[in-house]
Amino acid sequence: MPEKDERKNFFFIRLDSHKLFNFRFMNRSELLLSIAKKRILILDGAMGTMIQRYKLGEEDFRTSELKHHPKSLKGNNDLLSLSRPDVIKAIHAAYLEAGADIIETNTFSGTSIAQEDYGLQHLAYQINFQSAKIAREVADEFTNKSPEKPRFVAGALGPTNRTASISPDVNDPGYRAITFDQLSEAYQEQVRGLLDGGSDILLVETIFDTLNAKAALFAIQEVYEERSLPLNPEEGGVPVMVSGTITDASGRTLSGQTTEAFLISVSHLPLFSIGLNCALGAKELRPYLKVMADNAPFYVSAYPNAGLPNEFGQYDQGAKEMAEQVEEFLKEGHINILGGCCGTTPEHIAALAKLVEKYQPRKIEFVNTEDE
Amino acid sequence: MSKIHNQHILKLSGLEPLVFTPEINFVNIGERTNVTGSKKFAKLILNGQYDEALEIALDQVRGGAQILDVCMDEGMLDGVAAMEKFLNLIASEPEISRIPIMIDSSRWEIILAGLKCIQGKGIVNSISLKNGEEEFVQQAKTIKKFGAAVVVMAFDEQGQADTYQRRIDICKRSYEILVNQVRFNPQDIIFDPNIFPVATGMEEHRRNALDFFLATQWIKQNLPGAKVSGGVSNVSFSFRGNNPVREAMHAAFLYHAIKHGMDMGIVNPTMLEVYDDIPKDLLEKVENVLFDRNDHATEDLLSFAETVKSQDKKEVVSEAWRQDDVERRIEHALVKGIIDYIVEDAEEARLKYQNPLKVIEGPLMDGMNVVGDLFGEGKMFLPQVVKSARVMKKAVAYLEPFMPKAGDVGYSEEQSSIKKILLATVKGDVHDIGKNIVGVVLACNNYQIIDLGVMVDAQKIIDEAVRNKVDIIGLSGLITPSLDEMVNVASEMERQDLKIPLLIGGATTSRIHTAVKIDPVYSGTVVHVTDASKSVPIAGEAISEETKEVYQREIKATYKKLREEHEAKQQIKQLVSYEEAQANPVFIDWDHFEPVAPAHKGITVMEDLDLNVLRKYIDWTPFFSTWMLSGKFPKIMEDPVIGKEAKRLYEEANNMLDQIIHEKWLKAKAVVGIFPVERVGDDIKVLGASKEYSFHFLRQQGKKGKGVPNRSLVDYIHPRKPDYFGGFAVTAGWGIEPKLKEFQDNHDDYHDIMLKALADRLAEAGAEYLHELVRKEIWAYAPSESLDNESLIKEEYMGIRPAPGYPACPEHSEKRTLFDLLEVEKNTGITLTDSFAMYPTSSVSGFYFAHPESKYFGLGKIGEDQVASYALRKGVSKAQAERWLSPNLAYSPSLHVQEN
Repeated sequence: MPEKDERKNFFFIRLDSHKLFNFRFMNRSELLLSIAKKRILILDGAMGTMIQRYKLGEEDFRTSELKHHPKSLKGNNDLLSLSRPDVIKAIHAAYLEAGADIIETNTFSGTSIAQEDYGLQHLAYQINFQSAKIAREVADEFTNKSPEKPRFVAGALGPTNRTASISPDVNDPGYRAITFDQLSEAYQEQVRGLLDGGSDILLVETIFDTLNAKAALFAIQEVYEERSLPLNPEEGGVPVMVSGTITDASGRTLSGQTTEAFLISVSHLPLFSIGLNCALGAKELRPYLKVMADNAPFYVSAYPNAGLPNEFGQYDQGAKEMAEQVEEFLKEGHINILGGCCGTTPEHIAALAKLVEKYQPRKIEFVNTEDE
Repeated sequence: MSKIHNQHILKLSGLEPLVFTPEINFVNIGERTNVTGSKKFAKLILNGQYDEALEIALDQVRGGAQILDVCMDEGMLDGVAAMEKFLNLIASEPEISRIPIMIDSSRWEIILAGLKCIQGKGIVNSISLKNGEEEFVQQAKTIKKFGAAVVVMAFDEQGQADTYQRRIDICKRSYEILVNQVRFNPQDIIFDPNIFPVATGMEEHRRNALDFFLATQWIKQNLPGAKVSGGVSNVSFSFRGNNPVREAMHAAFLYHAIKHGMDMGIVNPTMLEVYDDIPKDLLEKVENVLFDRNDHATEDLLSFAETVKSQDKKEVVSEAWRQDDVERRIEHALVKGIIDYIVEDAEEARLKYQNPLKVIEGPLMDGMNVVGDLFGEGKMFLPQVVKSARVMKKAVAYLEPFMPKAGDVGYSEEQSSIKKILLATVKGDVHDIGKNIVGVVLACNNYQIIDLGVMVDAQKIIDEAVRNKVDIIGLSGLITPSLDEMVNVASEMERQDLKIPLLIGGATTSRIHTAVKIDPVYSGTVVHVTDASKSVPIAGEAISEETKEVYQREIKATYKKLREEHEAKQQIKQLVSYEEAQANPVFIDWDHFEPVAPAHKGITVMEDLDLNVLRKYIDWTPFFSTWMLSGKFPKIMEDPVIGKEAKRLYEEANNMLDQIIHEKWLKAKAVVGIFPVERVGDDIKVLGASKEYSFHFLRQQGKKGKGVPNRSLVDYIHPRKPDYFGGFAVTAGWGIEPKLKEFQDNHDDYHDIMLKALADRLAEAGAEYLHELVRKEIWAYAPSESLDNESLIKEEYMGIRPAPGYPACPEHSEKRTLFDLLEVEKNTGITLTDSFAMYPTSSVSGFYFAHPESKYFGLGKIGEDQVASYALRKGVSKAQAERWLSPNLAYSPSLHVQEN
């Protein structure tokens, strides 16, 4: 089948020719943009929930170099990209099988800041590079199998475990455990790793403190500038997705912003999409998604949790129930990109992928009301 | 299809958005947090008094600032460190960080430091072409990466623009570089085309204001998206010291600048006259100067200025909010509790909406929702919320006569989607402060409150609930017998087949009581509510179509579990027998104790206690907790979070106290009696009375450790010799009704609750005062005692005054005996309800024990053997005693048919 061979070649060139670096992204970005115009894109589900199923032990988290690492490493899920890439690949494959268009790299805690808890800050670049590479490989495998549905890799930038605009010390509200500069530096390293490993998209996610996100966006701009990458995906830049977290029914982020204030605070980049994830289930997320849909000049994404946690902290909302709740905002035409966060599984993603076939993506019309 | 509006409009954010829609006439930038503009702020920052400096920021926000300008450019200051510290502190004050920040500095490193501290989209103030294009471009690029808007000064390599032409040339050049080269969003560019002084006497300054107006107009017409800002006070620089003229100049300048397109500016609201209020002669002269209308304009204004005496201007509250549209004004009035304009605003809204109900469900409810949210987020406190409710009620009262009645055109049965809650204090109980607070809080959250008041019997509650089709019933009660009445209401509801969710609240109610006693008798949802703020989410879940079934299932399951655990605990709970408990009393060395005979035996009546004296005995801590502000007085007034509100509340309370005293709103009466008694087992018998009076006491029955007694109050009475014992009743509630009615007629919950709370405090103060009088003069067992109010509050005095119904003697019916003995009804007018609640509610009664070792304690759980003995001693059935003692029973009394 000549067509398929051609495609293979195409990928080959794109992956290995340094000269075609920009060209490669331009094509992937253009492809992504053209699909987003036509239909709702499906993002994958939870990584942690799936990892739990493997019942991994301490030894699974240790690479040969880390045999004698003094700290316990169990629970450092991002490290599995180095120690058990087979597990991560299998999870990616499960989500792609379920119908995901975009898979997220296993790098939620991949900054040197988050890795410091395990004494592994020196591995930050490698974790991001490898995680992106693994995801890239699995995604390409699926794209090759069904080229009519190209699969994308979103390099995930998590919030870190520190907040830049909240003091951890109630007695000293002016204190900060992390500075903007420290965050920006750590994010830059993460961005380089994610891009070098082959990410098609960068996803700044689970933002509970907007200042952290602004540091991540600052870092992205610094790296793009250093690599002469345009910021605008329309101009061939690697698309940037931003996803905030409304922590509770107050409708605000942990750092106190309303949904609209959050949107305004991160709108200085020509984002590919903005949206909300985590903390809430689909039903609870709906009013805030509406604010996004009503105001955002970008595509809107949503990847809610599988409901709210039960009293044991577990998510027990099934795929069907989640799909029913999600359908509400699909009907309203609020969504361009849809996936799952905590507690969601390939079953959930499969249900969502099936569901979106019935619905049109959100379309944006700009209305100029400036008639002063 | 999502229609995205306002893409060409400046959008900023703090915790909340600030969108420069066309309707937003002018945005006021708070300027007092600027070390170069405010000496006071500079001094605080230099002294490191950041908390006080934050107060200034807060005042700016409350005064109506929509953006906060922060400047730390001061030679003696580490500007970078000060900017970081102040912005970080602001970030932890939600009321301040709500609005966007303007980082104001002429030093780039301070601007950078500031940008790294703000999560919202702020403004950098400022950059310019002063040092050439390269630096300008570099700085603009960096600001863009941080996502801030920027103020660009009309300044270039040659200096500040001081003519119309220079202004527009520099702004045009700056704009083109920013938009084309840096790709800065045009709507994020704000020009400051320099406001310079006029009427300086110098020829070249004559056109300063006019050129600014014209340049502003040109910018708005030729540089799409760009905004204009400026510091207004400069314009009147030459009239320093003459505030009336300055204020008029500011107002006139601003008026015309806005007309020409100025979008925002730094204006000191206290230095601003209302344009329409400027005297016409002064205004004409000011405008002649601003528009450079003739050659003698400056001369004229100068000489006129001499005649304008600078009067002491009374402090003006910023009235800028009056310029907003009616919805915003209503919201502002509700949030700030401003009642002055609400009727006119309600009328305007009524005309606008053509339907009074739409006004209530629209702007009024929206405003109250804001209040509810702020309260939920801890940004408003109860006293403020109650004031908001007062405004709401006044507006609703105004609108009500306009509502269509049955039969009118436009009337429909199902007019409103607003949920209704019925509230009542149950039969036998007269306490309603807590219930009223719940009512206010729920009213702020979109509920219509149907308040049946106090002493409401079960059938009335049910009838009204059915008639009004309420969505929820809330029962309240303070005294323990009310607990039983609540059970009764619940079982009546069940019998009459109601399904309405039932909320239980009040001081003596508890989750466990609700679970064990009330929940089992009613098949509908029953929920215990711990405090007013919890009532909202609970009510919401209990009635929402989506959640109610799940909620009911869950809450029923929770209570069932509680019951089972309770049951299990009952069996484990270690009790000793009543006999054993009696054998382990408080040890007192009676052989070496001689009871003190009272100086005044028998009854002493005090017709009119001096409220000025009682006031000094007030314990303020519980007053604050009535208002849900918790903390010890007076330290509570220094609390960083609630201190300010506490201080204000304290002030207003004292103002009302002044009125209460001077205008004689209330009268306090008391009766005290000290009697010879003898002890008979766990009873006390009064000697030498006209008829037999016996008081019956209860004894702790929990298993105690070695050397720890099973206490009873009776242990403080000599077991063998005649001893003395006393009682008292005091009220501060006389005359309260007419005042309360006045407040209620005005829908003024705030003053209603305030007066009740103060009357309660005065009654408690009366009890404290009487007790001292008893110790020093009437009984005089401690004649030389000298304690200040704080020591009194800490109960450092000798002897105790436990009240029937409180922990040491929780059985209320003893009050009846006390009232008979002291002839309380006759001597003070205080009466008892069927459930032994006192009326007026601001009343206190109790016993006096003088023994130096007597102390307060709690009875805890008691066994069936003691209850049987108690019933026998009191001459009532065991079932009756069990009902009275139900909160203290360590066992579940066997079910029996209720005797009616």
